[in-house]
Amino acid sequence: MGIEGVGARVARKEDKRFITGGGRYVDDMVVPGMKHAVFVRSPHAHAQIKKIDVKKAQGMPGVVGVLTGKELKADGIGNLICGWMIHSKDGTPMKMGAWSPLAVDKVRYVGDAVVIVVADTKGQARDAAEAVEITYKELKAVVDATKAIQPGAPQIHAESDNNLIFDWEIGDAKATDAAIKSAAHVTRMKIVNNRLVPNAMEPRAALGHYDKAEDHYTCWTTSQNPHVARLVMSAFYNVAPENKLRVIAPDVGGGFGSKIYIYPEEIVCLWASKRTGVPVKWVADRTESFLADAHGRDHVSMVEMAFDKDNRITGLKVDTIANIGAYMSLFSSCVPTYLYATLLSGQYNIPAIHANVRTVYTNTAPVDAYRGAGRPEATYLLERTMETAARELGVSPAELRRKNFITSFPHQTPVIMNYDAGDYNASLDAAMKAADYAGFTKRKADAAKRGKLRGIGMSCYIEACGIAPSAAVGSLGAGVGLWESAEVRVNAVGTIEVLTGSHSHGQGHETTFAQLVNQRFGVPIDSVSIVHGDTDKVQMGMGTYGSRSGAVGMSAIAKALDKVEAKAKKIAAHLLEADEGDIVIENGEVKVAGTDKSLPWFQVALAAYTAHNLPAGMEPGLKETAFYDPANFTFPAGCYISEVEIDPETGVTDIIQFVAADDFGNIINPMIVEGQVHGGIAQGIGQALLEGAHYDGNGQLLTASYMDYTMPRAGDLPSFKVSTSNTPCPSNPLGIKGCGEAGAIGSPPAIINAITDALGIVEIAMPASPATVWAAIRAKKH
Amino acid sequence: MSDVSLTVNGKRVSGSAEDRTLLVHFLRENLGLTGTHVGCDTSQCGACVVHVDGRAVKSCTMLAVQASGSTIVTIEGLADGAELHPVQAAFKEHHGLQCGFCTPGMIMTATDMIARHPEGLDEATVRTELEGNICRCTGYHNIVKAILAASETMAKGAKGKAKQAA
Repeated sequence: MGIEGVGARVARKEDKRFITGGGRYVDDMVVPGMKHAVFVRSPHAHAQIKKIDVKKAQGMPGVVGVLTGKELKADGIGNLICGWMIHSKDGTPMKMGAWSPLAVDKVRYVGDAVVIVVADTKGQARDAAEAVEITYKELKAVVDATKAIQPGAPQIHAESDNNLIFDWEIGDAKATDAAIKSAAHVTRMKIVNNRLVPNAMEPRAALGHYDKAEDHYTCWTTSQNPHVARLVMSAFYNVAPENKLRVIAPDVGGGFGSKIYIYPEEIVCLWASKRTGVPVKWVADRTESFLADAHGRDHVSMVEMAFDKDNRITGLKVDTIANIGAYMSLFSSCVPTYLYATLLSGQYNIPAIHANVRTVYTNTAPVDAYRGAGRPEATYLLERTMETAARELGVSPAELRRKNFITSFPHQTPVIMNYDAGDYNASLDAAMKAADYAGFTKRKADAAKRGKLRGIGMSCYIEACGIAPSAAVGSLGAGVGLWESAEVRVNAVGTIEVLTGSHSHGQGHETTFAQLVNQRFGVPIDSVSIVHGDTDKVQMGMGTYGSRSGAVGMSAIAKALDKVEAKAKKIAAHLLEADEGDIVIENGEVKVAGTDKSLPWFQVALAAYTAHNLPAGMEPGLKETAFYDPANFTFPAGCYISEVEIDPETGVTDIIQFVAADDFGNIINPMIVEGQVHGGIAQGIGQALLEGAHYDGNGQLLTASYMDYTMPRAGDLPSFKVSTSNTPCPSNPLGIKGCGEAGAIGSPPAIINAITDALGIVEIAMPASPATVWAAIRAKKH
Repeated sequence: MSDVSLTVNGKRVSGSAEDRTLLVHFLRENLGLTGTHVGCDTSQCGACVVHVDGRAVKSCTMLAVQASGSTIVTIEGLADGAELHPVQAAFKEHHGLQCGFCTPGMIMTATDMIARHPEGLDEATVRTELEGNICRCTGYHNIVKAILAASETMAKGAKGKAKQAA
């Protein structure tokens, strides 16, 4: 490993601009003539639109345009799509209702966009938005998915009877029922996974610019996948054909899944730019983000886990109701199905699994992928159930897990996934050691002397990353392939540009990807530029989510580097009059192995471009492209342990320590990987202790600001003890598994297991806020 | 509209703004200083922290006209030319940022925090003092580490300067 190569703790190249105020986010973009947009949103969760009167608003100072859904439809702009088709178990396709970028006849959640107002300043647009008069006829609303599928519940879309979108299953029902029937012990639980709001710190934004002279559109947008945005906006929304639409996702201030989707606002801003003849910028307020960003989680599940007399799991039966909100967002259908139920085997050898999933419309914001997407829900369900089972069976939580661990690979689970590598005992051992698990009993006794309730909890998670083999996901209903592209351009002086379809919104690609190039050619990372986020520069790409940028994005770069290396070696062999097989590239030198003959890297690059002396028939230049389609998912796994102390007088939970032991396969930059784990854990602890999106019975979001929705703050969290072990991933050329979501997946059950351990109870709802914990303590006393 | 005159990052600037214009919007839109960010609408997130007359202030809690006559330092004015401020350097060295959106506010808060604690900082104090700044990426782990490291570096620097003066 060189000082800038694979495995080195290199400080990030991109930091310079962020720490000096030089970041370029969408809200920082200024285009000549640019105007500002405000959306008029529905104040009702469910209502018919009777009349929209924009006359008064149109006459307000500075107003350039006030546009409605009717005009949008008249211009042929399409409805939003869901990109993954799921069929119910009876074979019928999912029953999806229409989602118009601006509501026309009906609004279905508080925050549904109805009218766009464009004005010289944002203040003027706001004033005019207040003057838009919309007459609604209110309808009854339903926000709870378990109530929405009851007979007589308000019907949200005509297409889906009783709001049921699909009733899907996976696994072997008969074998699972038989295992439960013949079990020595069955643990039964109701598991609720609370609804969250992703809350990237940069609110969503879009700047649409229609250039009349060129008949060309440019959209700056806060996207994790600008190429998918361009594809979908041209192929489905009829905004513009791909060759006339450029999408730029510049610096993006966090995503966590919420910026994968193509939302109404960017479509409407592009369309409004053509309609009004001016560039149109919209930036969400935080309250708008709470109302109209896709939310995450919101599952209610019943689980039965069967054990034989030796405490081995013999079967797992799961029945889940997933709240999908008022409309089906881009990937909403795959989250509670293929990203969730396929992980229900966890780290365990489970011979029979059956899961049934019903997804349901409600009058709430659309629900889609949020950091972990389905895998946190699976992990929470399994690891809470394992903990409860261990207590019921009277065995230690660690030993029950150990007894059921999968220990040989590859391992085919009953729910599609084929785990390629792992060592679950290694992570469990590492975590227990780091947490001084053996010393807990004494620490608990000491805490009791101080009047505090101390608990310890663990969670052994697995996830599927490196999303995903295109043919496999295609066969499961995906509308796109999930490969990645890369182009490596060696300049004539030897400096290098890498164009990637991955998108960095905090992950540090500009550094990590450059380290990979440094490892290969010895070029300093300062001489390697990573280009991303612009459809005019990078031809095509699938973007960043599902911890795919390392395993898939970098594998594409590695493939392109292979091709560059092969050509460079051919050129060097020709120039050095040596055999191609004897050429090696080391520390920026292209050498003939075993001799003192060598050329500096830049001279080989220069020779490729002067083309004065190339091998016969070789084309000039040194630039190669590769597409990489993964052979399998990757399977990061690990063990998290948390230790908490609860004040019985106040219900306040202090996290005394939080330990993470992860197996991410090979690692490029340990510093960046640790940062990803820290952030994920904070979000997981947020879910367990602090965060929850709450609607009242009328569909009003009660938690729509930072005054009401509890974001984790520095004082809520401890420093984390993180470590990694490594079973390299055999399914991609770099041996990488991915690390972006693990923290958010593994931590919630570790926290809740610790709290229930401290309180001596079976269940507590997330978020386990002081009020909830205090009530649980009181309930136990009485 | 009102006239606003400020000294920003060492330069005298003036302009006119609507009475309702917040300082953060004046900095971003009138002066083009887009390093100061807006992350919420309830003065909770701290992405907009700047220094007003030497004190950390959320620039979304102040009207531009209210700030008239003040001396302001934003993230763009913190470094000494090409040389990073020790807090900026520590954030980079300790990976105290990911997406970079909360970072300017974090750094301006941290600089103020260190100045108010010449006796030095400990982890608990740093965490308590970061109450007004939200980060969604880092879990605060490396932000806390960076602030503690910068505090030590600056204490050493101050001692060195004191020695030189003596």
